[in-house]
Amino acid sequence: MRVVVDHVSKTYTDRRGHSVPALHDVSLTVESEEFLALLGPSGCGKSTLLNLVAGLTAPSAGGVHLEGEPARGRSATAMVFQEFALFPWRTVQANVEFGLEEAGLGASERARRARAHIQLTGLAGFESKYPHQLSGGMRQRVGIARALAVDPAVLLMDEPFSALDAQTRQLMQEELLAIWERTRKTIVYVTHNIHEAVFMADRVVVLSRRPGRVLTMIPVALGRPRTEAMLGEPAFLAAVDRIWSLIRSQAQAALREGEA
Amino acid sequence: MSTRLPVPDRTRALERRGHPVVRVASLVTLVLLWELVTGTGWVQPLFLPSPLDVLGTGFEMLRSGELVGHVITSLRRIVLGFGLGALLGVAVGLAVGFWSLAEAVGNPLIAATFPIPKIALLPLLILWVGIGEASKVAVIMLGVFFPMAINTFAGVRTADPLLIRAAVSFGAGRWSLIRKVLLPSALPMIFAGLRLGAGTALLLLVAAEMIAANSGIGALVLNAQNLMETTKLMVGIVLLSLLGICSHWLLARLERLALPWRSHS
Ligand SMILES: Nc1ncnc2c1ncn2[C@@H]1O[C@H](COP(=O)(O)OP(=O)(O)OP(=O)(O)O)[C@@H](O)[C@H]1O
Ligand SMILES: [Mg+2]
Repeated sequence: MRVVVDHVSKTYTDRRGHSVPALHDVSLTVESEEFLALLGPSGCGKSTLLNLVAGLTAPSAGGVHLEGEPARGRSATAMVFQEFALFPWRTVQANVEFGLEEAGLGASERARRARAHIQLTGLAGFESKYPHQLSGGMRQRVGIARALAVDPAVLLMDEPFSALDAQTRQLMQEELLAIWERTRKTIVYVTHNIHEAVFMADRVVVLSRRPGRVLTMIPVALGRPRTEAMLGEPAFLAAVDRIWSLIRSQAQAALREGEA
Repeated sequence: MSTRLPVPDRTRALERRGHPVVRVASLVTLVLLWELVTGTGWVQPLFLPSPLDVLGTGFEMLRSGELVGHVITSLRRIVLGFGLGALLGVAVGLAVGFWSLAEAVGNPLIAATFPIPKIALLPLLILWVGIGEASKVAVIMLGVFFPMAINTFAGVRTADPLLIRAAVSFGAGRWSLIRKVLLPSALPMIFAGLRLGAGTALLLLVAAEMIAANSGIGALVLNAQNLMETTKLMVGIVLLSLLGICSHWLLARLERLALPWRSHS
């Protein structure tokens, strides 16, 4: 499925009635089966953009739509939340089954798919643990398993590997790419990490500091499947450099604003 | 020169230990004191019979079947009233917490009726449903309903909006949301409400039975007082204390069963 974000602005109103502009006139299209990375300084509206695409908040101006026929029995979007958002009263297994329950699957099919994704995210043996009994990185992987299990047409991932150690992160990145090649999803992937964005994505969208605007869209000229060896290729390094020089000034300005 | 500084466990002062021996000892001391002041004749048995006498009379009443009738009648009233009141309270609390229209309708009504001491409604309830079982069950039900509805509502309102959004993002509809997110979020508050309600229920049970009943523990206590049978009166009071302890224990067990994710081990 294609995701079209059409001239979207989002302004929050805080409790004292002040308005906080989070996104300003953002337009972008995520092509069907594309892997798009969203990059930008902290607080620039990346999570807000994902929430808009997931229908979890309404734009103040503009519109968001999904184009294409969702396959039968496949949900349109699923989200991996930045703050994990696991249900504390559900075990790992039950958390992963949540989306499948809402999709109306039978108990045995739910259990089978949940187990497969628990295995995939390296959580085997922890099925009956509650979230508070897991480490941060494990909780994050439960959130990933929960979203992957529903096999969505559009997968929205908000810094999905931020709590993982470097090695696990590398493995999970490769695993995600393999899943993506296999299941042909559209993926919108939010990250702070330039290397990660370039390594994973077909295109990298760079947002400005708050209120977020699209600064540029950089296509990544790397073949598929991506391998660790590509991390040293000139095309990879060139893309990273270009994005870094763009983001640097933005990040500095955002930081100064935070101090003020 | 370096010195070795042992690192103490600074959380030790915060630790709350079980002190099982002290717990038993404090209860035993109370009973011993009671035996002491009554057994030595320092206090007249008419005012306070000794614990051994109370125990003996209790067994006698148990054998004669007198006690069983009172206890069963009281239990039936309290279980029915408590159960119905709790169910209704949770249902109303969930509805008022979820639908803003239900809140607009329900909140002013609850605010207006909540402060009425429920026992004051007993005469009215007797007029409406008769002096039989229904009026006692109804007054207990009312007493339990309010803390349950108010606590459930508060629990629903404290549900994490992030979890609500997560559920919605996976396609949860209203019913799913209520059942799978709001209800579990409210459970700790619901159990707090149940504990409050259990105390209220016991109070209302005894009051209702003293006002308008000829069976039940409350009636037993009142009759015993009229006949100056202080030992029987004390049997009733000890029974009420046991009932309170049992309900507390049951609720604690139930809570541990229903909230396994909150066990801090
Ligand atoms: N519910 C809200 N109410 C008010 N302001 C909000 C709300 N949510 C987000 N904001 C503001 O909108 C801006 C964008 O927030 P958002 O969470 O989308 O940023 P982000 O790019 O995901 O940041 P990070 O990289 O730190 O996760 C921030 O300045 C934030 O303060
Ligand atoms: Mg964010």
